[in-house]
Amino acid sequence: MTDQTQTKAIPTAKATQTTLTDQASGGTKAHQMAEHQREISVAEFFEKNRHLLGFDNKRKALLTTIKEAVDNSLDACEEARILPEISVEIIDMQNDRFRIVVEDNGPGIVKKQIPKIFAKLLYGSKFDKLSQTRGQQGIGISAAALYGQLTTGKPIRITSRISPKHESHYYELHIDTKTNQPEIVKEDTISWKKDHGTRLELDLEGTYIKGSQSVDAYLKECAIVNPHATFIYTNPKAEQLIFARVANELPPEPKEIKPHPYGVELGRLIKMMQYTESRTLQSFLTTDFSRVGPGTAKEICEEAKILTNTKPEDISRDQTERIFQAIQKVKIIAPPTDCLSPIGEESLVKGLKKEINAEFYAAVSRPPSVYRGNPFIIECGIAYGGDQPQEESVRLMRFANRVPLQFQQAGCASTKAVIATAWRAYGLQQSRSALPVGPATVIVHMASVWVPFTSEAKEAIAHYPEIIKELRLALQECGRQLASYTLKKRRLTDELQKRGYIEKYLPHIGIALKGLLGLNDAKKGEIEENLKVILEQKRGKLKEIGAENAEYDASFAKIGEESEEAGDAFVEGEADEPDEAEEDEKGKGAKGKGKKRKKQEDEENLGDEGEL
Amino acid sequence: MAKEKPKPVDHDQKPVAAMTVVQKIKDLAQGVFEKIIDKKAPYLEMPLRSLQNVKYDAHIGYFEAIGKMKGRTLTASTVKTFAQTLLMMNESKKLVESDDIATKREMYYISKNWADARFLDQPESDTVMDDFEAMLSVNREQIGFVPEEKGGAVAGKLVVIDKDTDTGKELRIDCTKFGSGAYSVPTSVEHLKFETDAKFVLAIETSGMFQRMVKHNYWKKANCILIAMGGVPTRACRRFIRRLSDEKDIPVYVFSDGDPYGYLNIYRTLKVGSGNAAHINKYFCVPKAKFLGVTPQDIIDYKLPTHPLKEIDIKRVKDGMKNDPFVQHYKEWRKALDQMVSMKKRAEQQAFAAHHLNYVMDVYLPEKLKDQKTWLP
Repeated sequence: MTDQTQTKAIPTAKATQTTLTDQASGGTKAHQMAEHQREISVAEFFEKNRHLLGFDNKRKALLTTIKEAVDNSLDACEEARILPEISVEIIDMQNDRFRIVVEDNGPGIVKKQIPKIFAKLLYGSKFDKLSQTRGQQGIGISAAALYGQLTTGKPIRITSRISPKHESHYYELHIDTKTNQPEIVKEDTISWKKDHGTRLELDLEGTYIKGSQSVDAYLKECAIVNPHATFIYTNPKAEQLIFARVANELPPEPKEIKPHPYGVELGRLIKMMQYTESRTLQSFLTTDFSRVGPGTAKEICEEAKILTNTKPEDISRDQTERIFQAIQKVKIIAPPTDCLSPIGEESLVKGLKKEINAEFYAAVSRPPSVYRGNPFIIECGIAYGGDQPQEESVRLMRFANRVPLQFQQAGCASTKAVIATAWRAYGLQQSRSALPVGPATVIVHMASVWVPFTSEAKEAIAHYPEIIKELRLALQECGRQLASYTLKKRRLTDELQKRGYIEKYLPHIGIALKGLLGLNDAKKGEIEENLKVILEQKRGKLKEIGAENAEYDASFAKIGEESEEAGDAFVEGEADEPDEAEEDEKGKGAKGKGKKRKKQEDEENLGDEGEL
Repeated sequence: MAKEKPKPVDHDQKPVAAMTVVQKIKDLAQGVFEKIIDKKAPYLEMPLRSLQNVKYDAHIGYFEAIGKMKGRTLTASTVKTFAQTLLMMNESKKLVESDDIATKREMYYISKNWADARFLDQPESDTVMDDFEAMLSVNREQIGFVPEEKGGAVAGKLVVIDKDTDTGKELRIDCTKFGSGAYSVPTSVEHLKFETDAKFVLAIETSGMFQRMVKHNYWKKANCILIAMGGVPTRACRRFIRRLSDEKDIPVYVFSDGDPYGYLNIYRTLKVGSGNAAHINKYFCVPKAKFLGVTPQDIIDYKLPTHPLKEIDIKRVKDGMKNDPFVQHYKEWRKALDQMVSMKKRAEQQAFAAHHLNYVMDVYLPEKLKDQKTWLP
């Protein structure tokens, strides 16, 4: 486990840290009280407020711990441009105790950083960095370590290696809750089969559950939106599931960007002003922000009535507020969007295909948009049909920066947008203000340098109009693709029904004519044969089109590394979905037939018009 | 079904002979058979059964089909009905060949032997039957199917000559001798003969009014034949009146409720036939019938208690004005219907009871019979 970046989560903790510190002694009540007043460490704060950080109960604690570890591993691998291969193991130690082992093939961590990263809260490198990383889940892995320590008394065990040339280091760490300092229980150099990577072992109190808020669901969802990663998961029943990689390219590395002036709040502006290295206000504006050139900077200064060459440290709080207000009035171009790394339509479809057995897949990646100066991209995907339940609400999977959001579904902007979309037009059922019903999984992903969460818990996306709008556009686009499939499917069902009709009733024509004309059985047989020919000529050949989706194999989705999209060409032929290059002859054949059938059907309809 | 349209049957008013019916059925089947052997989609053609396919000419006296056809080509969506039509043809052929009959309801039950092709309910079976009947341009009795309903009740100065079904001996039925009851019109009337010296036939819409007149032997006083139609007259009832009217050259007067249903459904169907069975209107109409009452003017003249016109009544009038060639032909009727719509009122036959129970026989009918100018054509 590498960078310790999850520290933005707890301003509350920071605030508490700076409590009254007074050594003075005297006889007053205040003095007496002062004796009890002391600095509270973040670790101590955490001890009492673990619910703020995702450790409210035993089952959430298990999930949060794995989430922190996996998210860190993914971030580290991607930053180091390594295709992630992460193994997660949960071992049932009885009496609600579990041992969690997470191992990655990441870049490793240099020796002297290991204790601080895993055993000191609020230690990390990206505190003020603005880039699209997963690190918005709450407190980092050290919180998990602390939780484990509090519930089992056992230290966290770390093994890490940075290259074959370096040794593997092994640590056992405690956190000193009074001082928030790592306490090294054991330190060793060991031999390890991995060339590079990090392994973490942690005991904690937890509850293992199934369902949408489980570790299993988390890993499956992770696998969908991270098709470039392989997850090897061993659950407490010692069953191993493999979510194999299907994309062999890493997503483009998200670039770090400077904040856009529109997205900066007053408090942050004041702080930036304090810490800037720029000498003048103008250079502060141009270097510390994106999209501010000398011209724009001058405009802001004029608007705020402050000289451009004023030294930042000389600017008062009031002046800062004037600058803040000036920024809102000046027109500044939207922030750059190349800092975003969306999953991409193709990868999203691949991810869906390997994890969900459906008949039709579609994904939409919207062009970048901006809310309050923060660029973002909305993506959504849908997997329809297959063995998904017909009569239940669709399964909604929400993601922010590739991290599954498993809680507070009702309060999330994604949910709101899905509900507000008119799914009936796309072939799903839907009652008013409810999720659509039908055999489908809907995926909604927001990628942004700063995902606006509704609360400290960081489990639901806030309702910004710009975000809602993009969400709806993406869902509608996806929905339209779905509609073209559901329509075809309905037509196919009708067609099959009609064919059933033919089979059912043709013999009766033979029987009737036999009776009417006194035919022999041979003639009767001939009639039936001919009728079959007549009717089937008219209907065209499409029997093969009705076949099942052969692509998904339950065992593929769970085990087996060769989980390629075998045979998906067929479905795509039916679904008019953008195809992978490796579409084979069979797929083309199916497509051709589909078109032919359509034409024939049209003719058929013309023919049918004549009658009542 | 061969390509040429089925020609209207040319047997003046007599039914098509049994053998001819069988031959026609076989011809149809042969047409279908040959198409199939040729590997072409077979089709059946039949006259369109609606008011769109009739015209009215006062000289001819009934709704005449104008030859609009609809075809039923064998396709996946018609295969069931197609099979059912052929199966029914087969049953019909058996019935005619064995000189048997089946009621519409019985036909529906016969279909239960057809496995998947069976009818799910009787309306489905009736529609196929009506199509088949129209296809052959015959009356359904001729293809072996008879309706369930009674043909109507008769009382008065008429002797009906029927045959004993066992002995074949002539039976003379005197319709004056039913006391407070009545003679019931059989489902098939072609073989009947009549003797009468009555001055006219009074066709009455409701059985209630008929009962009153029978009870008081109104036919004796007025020297007439009373027939209760019981709503829209059945084919048998229409045919019965028609033959009476033709063979005994006796006028037919209609006495119905004063409402659009009485005018446009009961009277119009009796006089000129219907759009639904245009191919047989020729036989099942009474062109000489005249409408005695209750006219909209009667409602005013006799100060009858009324009911307001219903939505559906107004709609019926509008439809009639727009689509019914009979209404379009007679401006008297258009005037009467307009009058009714503007009054927004309708009156029943029995409304005369408001004056006194026998007012209808003592005052209304005698007055009306004297003054044909108050009638409608």
